Amino acid sequence: MAGNILSISQPRFRVQPLSETDIQRIHEATLHVIEHVGVRFPSPRALELWQAHGAQVDLHTSTVRAPAALIEKALRSAPPTFTLAARDPQQDLPLDGDHVFVGTDGCGVEVLDLESGQRRRSCLQDVADIARTADALEEIGFHWVPVSAQDRPAHTRSLHELCAIWGNSSKHVQTESIVTAHEAHAAVRLAEMVAGGPLALRQRPILSIMQCTASPLAQDGGSLEAALVAAEAGLPVGFMTMASAGSTAPATPAGTLVVGNAEVISALALMQLAFPGAPVFYAAAQTAMDMRTGGYTGGGPEDFLFGAASNQLADFYHVPLSMGSFATGAKLPDWQAGVENSLSTFMACASMADMLLGVGLLHGSRIWSYEQMLLDCEIFAIIRRVLQGIRVDEDSLALETIAAVGPSSHYLAQKHTRQNMRSLWMNRFFDRRPYDTWEALRDGPPDFARAKARQILASHQPQGMDERLSAELGDFLSYLDAEEPA
Amino acid sequence: MSTDIFQAMAQSVIDGEKEEAARLARQAVTDGIDPLVAIDQGFVAGMRYVGEQYTLGEMFLPDLVLAAEAMKAAIAELEPEMARRGTARQVLGTVVIGTVEGDIHDIGKTLVGTLLSANGFKVYDLGVNVPLQTFLDKALEVNADIIGLSTLLTTTMINQRKFVQALEAAGVRSRFKVLVGGAPVTRSWAAEIGADGYSEDASGAVQAAIQLMQGG
Ligand code: B12
Repeated sequence: MAGNILSISQPRFRVQPLSETDIQRIHEATLHVIEHVGVRFPSPRALELWQAHGAQVDLHTSTVRAPAALIEKALRSAPPTFTLAARDPQQDLPLDGDHVFVGTDGCGVEVLDLESGQRRRSCLQDVADIARTADALEEIGFHWVPVSAQDRPAHTRSLHELCAIWGNSSKHVQTESIVTAHEAHAAVRLAEMVAGGPLALRQRPILSIMQCTASPLAQDGGSLEAALVAAEAGLPVGFMTMASAGSTAPATPAGTLVVGNAEVISALALMQLAFPGAPVFYAAAQTAMDMRTGGYTGGGPEDFLFGAASNQLADFYHVPLSMGSFATGAKLPDWQAGVENSLSTFMACASMADMLLGVGLLHGSRIWSYEQMLLDCEIFAIIRRVLQGIRVDEDSLALETIAAVGPSSHYLAQKHTRQNMRSLWMNRFFDRRPYDTWEALRDGPPDFARAKARQILASHQPQGMDERLSAELGDFLSYLDAEEPA
Repeated sequence: MSTDIFQAMAQSVIDGEKEEAARLARQAVTDGIDPLVAIDQGFVAGMRYVGEQYTLGEMFLPDLVLAAEAMKAAIAELEPEMARRGTARQVLGTVVIGTVEGDIHDIGKTLVGTLLSANGFKVYDLGVNVPLQTFLDKALEVNADIIGLSTLLTTTMINQRKFVQALEAAGVRSRFKVLVGGAPVTRSWAAEIGADGYSEDASGAVQAAIQLMQGG
């Protein structure tokens, strides 16, 4: 059984890099861009919807120019809060503006093998193992598809991945690996089987779906159509901008926010036009390109700022935010991973992003590391403690105890100490041992994390799925495998 | 006087000023300067400088891209004159490149194309989500030496293999060298599908393309 999910709630302080005037200016600039420059929606279904609602549509270039009033009105029908349901209702996640939940990262292509330490191509068993590990970790609230099941056929891979996660964890699943309407239909069908029918799924969406926008100022047709299928079934749908300052967005962070914002809110508006009231979320993972190589960085001071600024924008539009944090270019769980993942996650947490993506991937979201997964969870635990702040009240001021101890002496023998010591943070992975101990073993945090991951995999039993249901899912997958790829 | 104009040409590329580069190219034609000499002693000199500074980490990618655009604008102005004189610019090779069907990742492929053209290749960039047949049609049309396939998704990687098979089926496998790349693509995948070359990044892609042209 999974334990209670740890979240950040009621933080004692917040980080807000944008002023109210800044937000207003970004908002107005965004509406200007959507109305005058336009956003590409290369999907007949999307273009029809826009046309029906009075936007100006250039069918030749698939560019939509929508008036500000249309966007603003559409966004107003988005619910400000909703719940991501889990197979086990104890693990439901209220996206109510007062919780920060962490997910696993995705969708990597290689794995640092937990036994051999070797880097290798990812497969379905990895998806299952990672899901089971995540099920056991209290810091993890929900799953993304962590790595790609490359030993399954391309046209049904995303569906095998979903079922592998459901089979190994009772927590909420958010998929980011579905990019066609065809796959989305099948995913909805599978989710209905797990949830107990279409109505049950709508009431308790155990699955949500995340799509990427295609910076600058475009959407992907397949992703849009997949999102429409999901929204129709009542699944929460999010759009993530990955605008990159200098390459797919202006080299100024403010300009990058505008471009990304235009992509995300135009996509969310479309979902609302199609299905008013459908649960939608803002998603973002902006970055700045490496000016020397053009490479994807994912991790750097601009990213950290985007992490907090995006939440201010999502709050402004009254929708939950899913924020890319824990993003690193590091090749191993090392100093770089620690710096990048701590700072990005701190900024996103200190602005109360609703969902954080995610733990475990290295090398620009490409290589899965169990060590990094556990170390990332620890980073979250540390930040969670920091944001609990400093309680100042009679008990915490401890005047009586201070008087009892007096000058010199110590606090070790005080009842007050014993009563409060467990609210101090407990270390799991920092190396605080004597030097001699370290010198004899020469191991460190990644080794401690690896041992823990091995222990979880050897012992953790998730809340299983009904055998008949598993068999039904398996049958449906086999049927889909046999279909001609679309 | 000539050296002045060559210097100005180089400078226009270094500054990434494409209007200025085009203007100087037109002036060269008016002044009766041989286009090949204008390219070699003027524009290419600028490009070489930018390339060196980029390698040293002193200039950044946008400098390189702007320089390449300026160079392209100049050559476009010179092309009719070259045609009139019956001369042609020496290129290292002709490359058709694009991101395969089902995949919309753009930047990596664009970068590879840009660096190839900055290094003397003639590049046809077909964009993203490109059907395999379109690669083949274009390669036949422009008599390409190299076909570059980019893919960043595990689900579309398979299209690289399909493409190599399609070349074989069409009986034209030996006419083209196939270069592959993209985030999930590895050297071992390239070998597995029978591609001719692979690189993890854009500078490596240039080296790989040069090697392929030398028959390696
Ligand atoms: C930016 C990005 C996007 C942007 C692209 C914007 C644009 N205009 O191009 C957007 C947001 C649109 C996007 C969308 C998606 N993405 Co994406 N994306 C990335 C990201 C973070 C960086 C890619 C990038 O631009 N890198 C910078 C360039 C310079 O590097 P590069 O592309 O690798 O290219 C270099 C080399 O690979 C090589 N190279 C590239 N092509 C070629 C070709 C040849 C011939 C040669 C020799 C060399 C070569 O040289 C290049 C230059 O150095 C990667 C993660 C990563 N680190 O790669 C994920 C990533 C590739 N995406 C991924 C996914 C899953 C998606 C989506 C499916 C998500 C979704 N649900 O919507 C969609 C795909 C939609 C579709 N149908 O294609 C996964 C793919 C893995 C997988 N499991 O299949 C990755 C790995 C991230 C992840 N872990 O989830 N993405």
